[in-house]
Amino acid sequence: MLWYLGKRLLQLIPVFFGATFLIYFMVFSLPGDPIAALFGDRQPSPQVIEQLRAQYNLDKPFIVQYLLWVGGVFRGDLGLTYSGLPVSSQLAQAFPITARLALLALAFEAVAGIVVGVIAGLKKGKWFDATALVVSLLLISVPTFVVGFVLQYVFGINLGLFRVTVSNQAPWSELVLPAIVLATVSFAYIVRLTRASVAENVSADFVRTATAKGLSRRRVVGVHIFRNSLIPVVTYLGVDIGSLMVGAVVTEGIFNIHGVGGTVFQAVKLGEGPTVVSFVAVMVIIFMLANLLVDLLYAVLDPRIRYAK
Amino acid sequence: MPSNAEPRQATHYVAPIEETPLQEVDQVNVDEKTRSTWSDAWDSMRVRPMFWISSILILLIIVVAIFPGLFTHVDPREAVLAKSNEGPEAGHILGFNRQGNDVYARVIWGTRNSLIVGVVATVLVSVVGIVIGALAGFFGGWLDTIVSRIADIFFSIPTVLGAIVIMSVIPARNALTVALVLAAFAWPQIARIMRGAVLSAKQSDYVTASAALGVSRFTTLVRHVIPNSLAPVIVVATVSLGTFIVAEATLSFLGIGLPTNALSWGVDIGNAQQSIRTAPSTIFWPSAALSITVLAFLLLGDVVRDALDPKARARR
Repeated sequence: MLWYLGKRLLQLIPVFFGATFLIYFMVFSLPGDPIAALFGDRQPSPQVIEQLRAQYNLDKPFIVQYLLWVGGVFRGDLGLTYSGLPVSSQLAQAFPITARLALLALAFEAVAGIVVGVIAGLKKGKWFDATALVVSLLLISVPTFVVGFVLQYVFGINLGLFRVTVSNQAPWSELVLPAIVLATVSFAYIVRLTRASVAENVSADFVRTATAKGLSRRRVVGVHIFRNSLIPVVTYLGVDIGSLMVGAVVTEGIFNIHGVGGTVFQAVKLGEGPTVVSFVAVMVIIFMLANLLVDLLYAVLDPRIRYAK
Repeated sequence: MPSNAEPRQATHYVAPIEETPLQEVDQVNVDEKTRSTWSDAWDSMRVRPMFWISSILILLIIVVAIFPGLFTHVDPREAVLAKSNEGPEAGHILGFNRQGNDVYARVIWGTRNSLIVGVVATVLVSVVGIVIGALAGFFGGWLDTIVSRIADIFFSIPTVLGAIVIMSVIPARNALTVALVLAAFAWPQIARIMRGAVLSAKQSDYVTASAALGVSRFTTLVRHVIPNSLAPVIVVATVSLGTFIVAEATLSFLGIGLPTNALSWGVDIGNAQQSIRTAPSTIFWPSAALSITVLAFLLLGDVVRDALDPKARARR
């Protein structure tokens, strides 16, 4: 287990440098001038351009820029946003909000998705299963931002059950509706994945053995089928954290939440390229760490990994 | 032993040729058409109503995208501000949006951009993914190591998130650049699947046979291994066409996909956001068109997977 953990941590290092390098390389080797992009249609004076170039290290060679940025990351300094605020302090404000939102969404999609998926898988071919399949397919085909608008309109405006926009502090209670919006697509995927996995395991040899040796139905379903069916679902959760981040940009934008996603949303709308780059780089780092966490959870669930040297 | 049988020689271990006409046994199936994965898959798909529903939907969407003029005579860019957010009337069955454009005409004309992004991105991802995945899986060694590590790096950046970064600094925004940027971050998924499929196909007897016949490694890969490894890639590609369309709409909704004057469902949904309280139908119709298109490709992907995956076929 320790060996596995060490191996995964070591694998993370080249991916971290590769991914951040890639983002920087792509952004700075593109034909557009990031400084000109800041000003839109107006043409800034040459002195201003010079100063901004120096501020964002654009006057140095590309590789130096990248190394300066990576060095900054390790010192906790992520550079300045377009409006001159340090990215790190903005991040410190925004991160807890997004973490709350993502946790709520993850809890919702995991619990609801697995429950619905297990029931559908056990009752394969019955009406519950058919309904779950159709509904999940519909949910997958409706983009997050449409779900956001619909729920915001129905529950926020028509029924008045939830606040339409979230206040600055973003307490847990106000995040319930955005979290459901954020979770819908992943919820549908988890339902389908769990259902397929359970339906396959129901007829597996180890389940027949468990039943044959006289275990109660409850134990067969609860331990033997359930635990084995969770393995692909947990793997999916790792990949899903990536789509939750994209979803967070959209959802936080719609509900005006001042989290990491909302900040990216605002920066995108205002055309603040450097802010977008630094925040998304941070999101990618979080995504990698979250994936590491999921891998460890996976190791706990799958005995083949747990006992491997 | 029956008494009327011919007495046999005890030393005759192998039956004489005239007793078992080998040629006849071999000829039993020769006249029949040979079965391939593809003809099996076709037979299993064409009996499913879902296959025909999704195919007809997709065909309709393609026709709308190529010939939008057949479905509407209203200019989607004609803005009658006096009719801003007004409901349906004769000749304008879905009413008007905030700018006074005909909603129906915009939904029809918006099909083209969504489909272009979806198709171009899917083709790019498939070609790049198949070539890279096949080479890495078949030749292995240092090539495989390098390709796999590069794919890992791309994989650690969620597609739309990467696209947000690139599109927010790129000056040229059109359907082609959106497709290109999405494909740039999405190819590792296909490459990984292709690599896995090639790795297992490589062990097959026909690869050994092909080598024994003196066919070169590269020809073996192109003629035998790749066609036999395509099934899982086709399934994922069909589904990802839908997800690319969603990604384009998401980017356009954020204002960094297609330009604001483009005819696109994502742009229209983004613009209608301001009118959600007064005219919710202006947001509903482009969303419905988007969702139906995505759903059609998801359904087709489901049917194709069931047809190509022997495990799924056995289950039904």
